[in-house]
Parts: sequence; C-alpha cells; structure tokens
Amino acid sequence: MILLTVGTQLPFDRMVKTVDDWAVDEDRSDVMAQVGPSKYPTSRLNSFSFSNPADMRRLQEKSDLIIAHAGIGSIVTALELGKPIIVMPRDHERGEHRNGHQKATARRFQSVKGIHIAENEQELITLLRRIDTLIDAHPDATLSGVASDGLLDGLRDHLAGTFPAAA
Amino acid sequence: MIAVASAGGHWVQLRRLDPLFLEHDTYYVTTLEGAAKPDDGRAPMIIPDASRSEPLKLLLLWFRMLLLLVRLRPDVIVTTGAAPGLIAIQIGKILLRSHTIWIDSIANSETLSMSGKMASRFADLWVTQWPHLAETQPNLRYFGAVL
Repeated sequence: MILLTVGTQLPFDRMVKTVDDWAVDEDRSDVMAQVGPSKYPTSRLNSFSFSNPADMRRLQEKSDLIIAHAGIGSIVTALELGKPIIVMPRDHERGEHRNGHQKATARRFQSVKGIHIAENEQELITLLRRIDTLIDAHPDATLSGVASDGLLDGLRDHLAGTFPAAA
Repeated sequence: MIAVASAGGHWVQLRRLDPLFLEHDTYYVTTLEGAAKPDDGRAPMIIPDASRSEPLKLLLLWFRMLLLLVRLRPDVIVTTGAAPGLIAIQIGKILLRSHTIWIDSIANSETLSMSGKMASRFADLWVTQWPHLAETQPNLRYFGAVL
C-alpha cells in the first residue's frame, strides 16, 4: 500500500492531481490519500480529507512508501518508521503555504537516505515511475524515537539551574 | 509541567522530548482527539486549534487555555508551537509566573516562524533547532535538534 498525505491545514491540489494521474496511468488501486481540504476530484486514489492521529499512524505503519508534502510531521514519522518517502514542497508563490519554509525543509532533508525530493510535478512523476526501486532499495536503519541528547541535556541543565531545589 | 503543541508536525516534535517530560509530573496538551498517549504518561488534554487568520477561534483558544492553565498552575510550560503554544507561554508568563520554554520548529531553518519571533517576549528560554539561527539573536539558544 502507498500512502499520500498533504497534511490537514491547507489544500495541495497540484500534488494530489499528479499522484492521481500516475495511479490512473499505472492502474493502481492500492493508493490511500489523505488530502485535507484539497478540492481536486480524484478518480483512482482512495482519498479522504482527514483522519485521527491514531488511524493515520496505522496507515503510515502499513504503507510500503509514503508520498507527502514537505511537512515535518510526515518526514519525521517516515524516518521513525523506516519508510521510504517521496516529498514535494508546497510553493508559497502559488499560494500553497504562507511562506517558503517547505522548500527550505526539502533542501535540508534532500541528502538523507530514503528521502526523495521532487521539486515539481515532473520530478514527482519521474520518482513515482521508479517507486518499486525506491521501495526495494530502502535502507533498514530507522531514526530513534527521541530527540538528540544535546537538546534533552540542554533543557535538563537549564531546568536544574532554574529550580535548584527540585534537582 | 505542561507540554503543549498543535497537532501535526509540532506535536511530533514535542513528543520526541518525552524522556524529559517523563522525568517530571507532565500534562500533555494538543489540538486533536486521538493523539497517542505516552506509555507512562497521561492522555493528552484537548484544546481548540487556531491560526492568526482566525481571530474568533484564537479568542476561543485563548479562553480555553486560560481556564486550563489557571486550573493546573504549571511551574514550567514547554512548547514546540504554534499558536496554542504561544498563547500558553503568554498566559503562563504574565498571569501565572510559570517558567516558559519555546522550542522553535525544525521546519524554520532559514528564519524563525512569526510565532517564534513573538515568543521571545514570553519565553524564559528561547530555543532554535538550527545553530546558524542562534547566532542571529543574543538570547536565542541552540542545544541540538529533536532529530
């Protein structure tokens, strides 16, 4: 099963349409799509606007590959679960987000194994046509479930300094 | 301690700090029913979400957050954003004298988010996950990232 997710806050019709076109071309019926407020009428995707976090997590666990906007939640969850992920950032110049942070996020994660960045619809289609290779070639390593020691210890030290009696 | 974040990416980042939260008496607060409960912790409390383009929802969120914080009287509030976290540390700092910690989202790698910039006024500890951003403001700290 393949899972497309564009988050819950904003539509991303450009991405939904591209993945739907691919599913039609390749006659795939195994693509679930969480499309949020997107309006594009999908013909081949099993689309739903929204799902609660627990159900969404189960879908992410069951999927062979995740296709997502460049949202941190989607990317980090894919890394935690060890799933390959195709990421296309929203373009704020087309009104797809309030600012350009998704493009910056995509640039920051582009060198991470298992994360495949599509800058636009053409690159997304190219990656989708290679989807079996992306799944087969995926590394087993997964991200640990917790923050870096640096951040955790920084916060611990700060709290210990602020509340010396409690430490 | 209160650990608060809106659902989605902010919540995913917050929950990666669980080892810290489980060392304290922590209440989790988020915006969507069905968020997973920490193994050794309490089920998250739910408040409404809002963004700066929705003034009425922001007002509702503000009052719900006020009621929740007045009831729990947290010593410490930790947030990874967005609007609910900003409102929590504002109320906590000004009305309840809570100790407030803002951790800006790792998504903001080129500049702080708007709520992240506003958070500097209410945060006792103001943290970015990007070392190069910490150099842009004297009181903005970097310890590492949630990854």
